[in-house]
Amino acid sequence: MTTAPSNVETRIAPPFRSSRRRRPRRGVGTRLWEASPLTYLALVIACVLSIFPIVWSFLMATRDNQSAYRVPPPLLPGDQLAENVSRVFAAENGIFLKGLINSAIVAGVITVSVVFFSSLAGFAFAKLRFRGRNALLLFVIATMMVPTQLAIVPLYLIMRTLNWTDSLQAVIVPFLVSGFGVFLMRQYAISAISDELIEAGRVDGCSTWRIYWNIVLPGLRPAIAVLGLLTFMLQWNEFIWPFVVLTPNNPTVQLSIKIISAAHYTTDYAMVFASTALAMLPLLVVFVLFGKQIISGIMEGSVKE
Amino acid sequence: MTTNSESSVRDVQPEGAGPEPSRPSLPPRRSWRNKRVTLRVGRAEMKVAPYLFIAPFFILFGIFGAFPIAYTIYASLFDWTLLGGRTDFVGLDNYVRLFGDALFWNALGNTFAMFVMATVPQLLLALMIANLLTRTLRAPTFFRMGMLAPYTTSLVAVGIVFGFIFAERYGLARYLLDMLGVGEFNWRNSRIPSWAAISVMVDWRWTGYNALIYLAAMQAIPRQVYEAAVIDGAGRWRQFWSITVPLIRPTILFTVILSTIGGMQLFTEPLVFNYGRIQGGIGRESQTVAMYIYERTFSGTFSVGYGAAISWILFIIIILVALANLYLVRRSIRSADQ
Repeated sequence: MTTAPSNVETRIAPPFRSSRRRRPRRGVGTRLWEASPLTYLALVIACVLSIFPIVWSFLMATRDNQSAYRVPPPLLPGDQLAENVSRVFAAENGIFLKGLINSAIVAGVITVSVVFFSSLAGFAFAKLRFRGRNALLLFVIATMMVPTQLAIVPLYLIMRTLNWTDSLQAVIVPFLVSGFGVFLMRQYAISAISDELIEAGRVDGCSTWRIYWNIVLPGLRPAIAVLGLLTFMLQWNEFIWPFVVLTPNNPTVQLSIKIISAAHYTTDYAMVFASTALAMLPLLVVFVLFGKQIISGIMEGSVKE
Repeated sequence: MTTNSESSVRDVQPEGAGPEPSRPSLPPRRSWRNKRVTLRVGRAEMKVAPYLFIAPFFILFGIFGAFPIAYTIYASLFDWTLLGGRTDFVGLDNYVRLFGDALFWNALGNTFAMFVMATVPQLLLALMIANLLTRTLRAPTFFRMGMLAPYTTSLVAVGIVFGFIFAERYGLARYLLDMLGVGEFNWRNSRIPSWAAISVMVDWRWTGYNALIYLAAMQAIPRQVYEAAVIDGAGRWRQFWSITVPLIRPTILFTVILSTIGGMQLFTEPLVFNYGRIQGGIGRESQTVAMYIYERTFSGTFSVGYGAAISWILFIIIILVALANLYLVRRSIRSADQ
C-alpha cells in the first residue's frame, strides 16, 4: 500500500505533451522511440503465440475427430462445424445450453449489482465526508488482497444451511459486491465528478440519492462501462466456486464444458473443441467490440492500485 | 469561471490510494459552503446517506467474505465432516496432523514449484513485451489486443485446449519438441514435465495482462530521462535495466503480489489439465494445495475441519511468500530514488 502514492504521481505526470522544450533535440527523441523491424517481428511472434491456441480451438471445432492430433496442425477450417455444435448441445442431456443460460443470468445479475453498489459506495468515498471514511476505504482495499480460497469451505457450509446448494443464488449472492469495483469507481469519481455540480444540487435541495442518480451516475458512465465489462468477463469465466457448490444438474457454462471435456476427451475431440470454442465466443465478441475500453480499464485500474 | 479553475487544480492533484489527499486551495470556501448547504437540506440526511451508500458493500462482504474467513478458524478446531456434522472439539489437532501429512507437503511443493516456474518467466517476458509496446508502433491497439486476447478465455478453456496441445502421444507440443530433437515427455504423470506444461498455460493466459500493466507504468516515465541516458551513451539494454525497471518498481511489486496470491491458489488449470482428476497426475505429480483442500473437504472423508485447517495454513503461507517476494524484489531492483 505504501507504494501507491509514488505510483500515482508517475502516472499523473504528463509524459508526452508537456515536453515542448524537447523540440530542438527532436532527432534523438524520435529515433529513440522508433520501432525497429525487430520490434515488430518480436511483437508479431508474441501475438501469434497468444492468439494461436484460440484460433486453433475454433479451427478444430469445424473439423472431424482425426484433426486434433494431426501434425503439422491443419490451418484451414473444415466442414463439420454444424455437426459438432449439434453434438455439443446434445451432450450429457443438454448440459451445455443449460450452462449458457445459467451463466448469462449469473454474470448479468452480478454485473448489474456490482456496478450499482460500486458506484454508490465509490461516490460516497470520493465525494461525501463522513467519519471513518479513510479507515473504511482502507478496509475495502484490503478486501481485494484476501485470497478467495480461504472462504470456500465455510461458504459451502453456509450455503448448505441456507439450502442454496445447486441453486443459482449460491453463485450469485456472494459476488454481488466487489472491493475492486468500489475502488475503481472511487478513483474515477474523484476527478470525473465536479464538486460544484454536487453543491449546486445541494443548493437546489436535492437529497444525496437524487444527486447520485441525476448527477453522479451519468458522470460515471465510462467507468461503469469498464467495470461492467471486466465484471461480466470475470463472472463468465468463474469456475472454482460453481464447481464446489453446483452439480451437473444446474451448471454454469464453465462447469458444463469441464464436464463435457472430462467425459468425451478420448472419444470426441471435435465436440470438446466445439464446446470450448462456443464457451469462449461471447467474450471474444465482447473483446473485439470493446477491446479498447477493456485495455484502458486494466491499464488504469492497475496503476492506480 | 471559478468552477473551471478549481476543477483543473484538482485534476492535476495526484490522488493517493489510501490517505486523504490534501487540497490546499479549497478548505476555507468549502466549509463556508457546506454550512449553507446543510441549512437547506437537513443535517440528518447528509450524515446518514454516506453510510447508507457504503452499507451494501460492507453488509454483503461481511456475510459472504469476512464471516466465512473467521468461521474457517472455528471450523478448523473441530473434527467436523460433511456427513457426520460437527462433532468433537479437537483444538489444534488438525494443524498438528497437517505437519505429518505427506500428501499436504507434496501438494505444497508442487504448488510452490509451479508458482516459481510460471511466475518468473512470465513477469520477465511481460516486462520485455511491455518495453516493446512503448515504442511508437503502427496499430498499437492491434498489438495490445493481441497480447490481451488470452485473458478473455476461461481457465477451463485454457486447460482443455492445452490438454490437447500437451496430449501424451500426438500432441502439438510433442510435434514441436520432436522437430527440435528433444525426446518424449510424460506430460501428466511425471513431475517436471507436468509442472512445465501447467506453467506454460498459466503464462499463456497472464503474460499479456501483466505486460499491459507494465506498459501503463512505463508510459508514465518522462521521455527526457531516456534522452539524457542516450546522450550519456547508454544502450537499449542498459536503459531498460537502469531506468525502466527501477522506475516502475512499485508496479512490479504489485504484480508480484498479485501473482503470488493467484499462483499459490492454483486450482483450475491443473484440474482440467489432468482431465478433472482432483489428485493431479496418477502419483499426484501436479496436485496443488487448493486441489488438496477440495479433495479433503468435498470427497473421501469430507473433512470440513481438516480442509479449513489447510485453508488457513495456505493463507498464512501466501502472506509469508508475498512478504518474502516483496523483500527479494525490493532488494534486487535498486530503487530509482536512491
